[in-house]
Amino acid sequence: MAEKKEKDETIVGLKLDSRLLELIAKIQEVELEDFELQASDLEIWFQPGAVAAPVIAPPQKAVAPPAKAKPTQILEAEFVPPVETYPGKVVEVKLGRVNGKSIVIGGESTPAFYTFERPTPHPPVISLDVFDMEVPLPKAVKMHVKDVIGDPAAWAKLAVDKFGADLITIHLISIDPLVKNASPKEAVKTVEAVAQAVDVPLVIGGCGDPAKDADVFQEVCETFAGERFLISSITRDMDVERCAKFIKKNGQAALAFTPMDLNIARELNRRLYDFLPKEDIVMDLTTAALGYGLEYAFTNMERARLAALMGDPELAHPMSSGTTNAWAAREAWLKMAPEWEPRELRGPLWEVVTALTLLLAGVDLFMMMHPAAVKTVKDVIAQLMGGKSGNSESLMEWVTAKI
Amino acid sequence: MSGKEDKGKVGVKELSPIDVYKLLPRTNCKECGEENCMAFATKIVNREVSIEKCKPLLKKEFEKAYKQLKEMLKPAIKEIVVGAGDKTVKIGGKLVMYRHELTYFNPTAIAIDVADEMPEDEIISRIRRVEEFRYEYIGQILKLDMIAVRSTSNDPDKFKATVRKVAENTKLPMILCSLNPNVLEAGLMAAPKARPLLYAATKDNWREMAELALMYGCPLTVSAPNNPKLLKSLAKTLVEYGVEDLVLDPGTFAGDGLADTLNNFTMIRRAACKQGDELLGFPLMGVPMTVWLNSAGLAQEIVKWREAYLAAMLIVRYADILIMHSLDGWALLPDVVLRANVYTDPRKPVAVEPGLKVFGTPDENSPVMFTTNFALTYYTVASDIESAKINAYLLVIDTEGTAVDSGVAGRKLTAEKVAEAIKISGIENKVKHRKIIIPGKAARLSGEIEELSGWQVLVGPRDSSEIPKFLQEKWQNP
Repeated sequence: MAEKKEKDETIVGLKLDSRLLELIAKIQEVELEDFELQASDLEIWFQPGAVAAPVIAPPQKAVAPPAKAKPTQILEAEFVPPVETYPGKVVEVKLGRVNGKSIVIGGESTPAFYTFERPTPHPPVISLDVFDMEVPLPKAVKMHVKDVIGDPAAWAKLAVDKFGADLITIHLISIDPLVKNASPKEAVKTVEAVAQAVDVPLVIGGCGDPAKDADVFQEVCETFAGERFLISSITRDMDVERCAKFIKKNGQAALAFTPMDLNIARELNRRLYDFLPKEDIVMDLTTAALGYGLEYAFTNMERARLAALMGDPELAHPMSSGTTNAWAAREAWLKMAPEWEPRELRGPLWEVVTALTLLLAGVDLFMMMHPAAVKTVKDVIAQLMGGKSGNSESLMEWVTAKI
Repeated sequence: MSGKEDKGKVGVKELSPIDVYKLLPRTNCKECGEENCMAFATKIVNREVSIEKCKPLLKKEFEKAYKQLKEMLKPAIKEIVVGAGDKTVKIGGKLVMYRHELTYFNPTAIAIDVADEMPEDEIISRIRRVEEFRYEYIGQILKLDMIAVRSTSNDPDKFKATVRKVAENTKLPMILCSLNPNVLEAGLMAAPKARPLLYAATKDNWREMAELALMYGCPLTVSAPNNPKLLKSLAKTLVEYGVEDLVLDPGTFAGDGLADTLNNFTMIRRAACKQGDELLGFPLMGVPMTVWLNSAGLAQEIVKWREAYLAAMLIVRYADILIMHSLDGWALLPDVVLRANVYTDPRKPVAVEPGLKVFGTPDENSPVMFTTNFALTYYTVASDIESAKINAYLLVIDTEGTAVDSGVAGRKLTAEKVAEAIKISGIENKVKHRKIIIPGKAARLSGEIEELSGWQVLVGPRDSSEIPKFLQEKWQNP
């Protein structure tokens, strides 16, 4: 078992084997245009915090004991798990393929992984990024996908078969009028190839141009009616009515993307409600990288989830995180002084820590990139869902362990 | 969102300035530096100053009011001081469960272990590495905080010698770790006034541990892995025994038991913060180094990786102090950065003063650049300029604390602002050229800036680490 684990970890490059060391040795230069993802979307909004917190039972003040003789045996105290009930619940959103796999996200009726209250209804899932053309990638990521860059179908297959992707996000970068300005028909072809290569649900990612994205999304939605893709993303500067209508008509789901502000998120959701049922909407509140505003993303998501549980229907949607933004932090990819190296480990760990922080805030769908980061987050989700107990008898041995 | 506030909470949040004001001397003496007592009360409620700043309140006649205020302002989680002398560490002192409710105080302290059976040079080198660990981040220095000394030998003399060695080599506060009271006492005798944190009282040794804590005046950790009821019972017993400063260790399980670990931390913190359970209102200890148990046969990098992400989850989920083993920068860096993030004050944007900054000794031919006043952007750019020892002027534009790209997108960084900043800064009298280097991410403003300011724009790199190279190519050899 341990051997198998180790083997898996070797595959995803977590273990520093000789090949990796060789690769590290070869890396000499820092690529400054190394990586950028939705930088224009990375707006950071500061806002004073105030949010509804769960309603709880009246305080039970422990009464200070009067001075008396020292106890001679353990004085038993009651411990009642502080379980709450919440008026609100996150809606469930189903994504999936006609002749393939489906997943359901959302449905929470407690804060993230408060499993002492209620079990988590559906495990959070991970979508791996696939690009439809060559894009600059951090070296630590590139080394795992270099053979499939430029071939989205092969890339998607690798991501599912080898890296364990629950979904695939196909980023249609080439449709960008400033890049290749590929037509909606060409985009459909790419999606077709990916859809044939894998049977997991797909997330359809645009280029960020509001008009072009709408055109391409419409073509994709209509061509693959009923496939239940997640259309990423619908933003305020798009023709929201038009997009919502073709998403609804063709049985797809919408990813509503807003910068870090709950009021703006509510506003976009309200506009979508005129055309889409709640069960068709996932929201993305913006993910900033660890060290680059992660605290705002964390707090914003935690507030959104608590507000949803407190009965705010406009925020009661599953949350998606563009966790790949972790790589926008220079500490994730930059060659640094020797004490912080190797970056082949630092980078993916940066992605892991970004993801786990947001996992604990309530994210349901992670968009990720590095295979070792994906594996780690999947492992953690499984451990948190599975709820196996640790060995309390032997735990204290850490004190005397000879490491 | 209003109107849904938690009604039953014991409360730091519901506390109004009036509640505090009523108990103050109300003389508006200004000794505290505020205009009047009401302004002082507002700052007290926001936790921006301490009540002791009101000198008259400390007089005998106000003793009752002072005590009442102290009780009223008491944090849900007791603040515990570890160590003595110059370098003490404060843990706990939390007022709220969720970060957005106010602010988290006292960042999670990180202790790195040494063991009494480690060779002496290894112990010394580990201490050195802990002391030398530093990372500059938005004008803060991120550091490690403590040394945990473990007795793996279970031999009192050996432990005593090791504690002495550690105390001689560092002023950092210590955690003395052994479940054997005799061993722990020997360690304490080597540093009797150091006020280390003791680890740990359990159901089997609590009485001896309590005696040690009382005799040496030390805070005491209580440990009951995956058993909150026993943990609370032990806390109750020790409080009645007279030990006031406790730290609670609910057990840190990696892999199997991870769900229990997060649940225990969360339940305990909620009971303390939301239900006012004082027996659970003590700082929480996480021990990510438990990942090293049963790790034989695994590559070290994998164990370190696990330790690092377990620590991250515990930093997010309420740990006030952590004991770790790995000293690798790649593994610790994300944790100390995460800690700095989670413990920033959500009420204040992270920004620096706008204006003209001078690096090195620039002259009339030196480059002029600009950046935004978002603290992270500013310090990143500043450290790149400093480390390359460049003589230059850096104009910091007030973008209300936003980064370059989001500033451009959100119209917080505009050509008008840049032109105005150039004018106000007086830079036109300091250099004879009229060239300004702008961030690569603000490239689209270049035309407008030239138009409005009359300065020639050079579009700089998208990442400031490339500034030295850029200047070499485009400034020195234009």
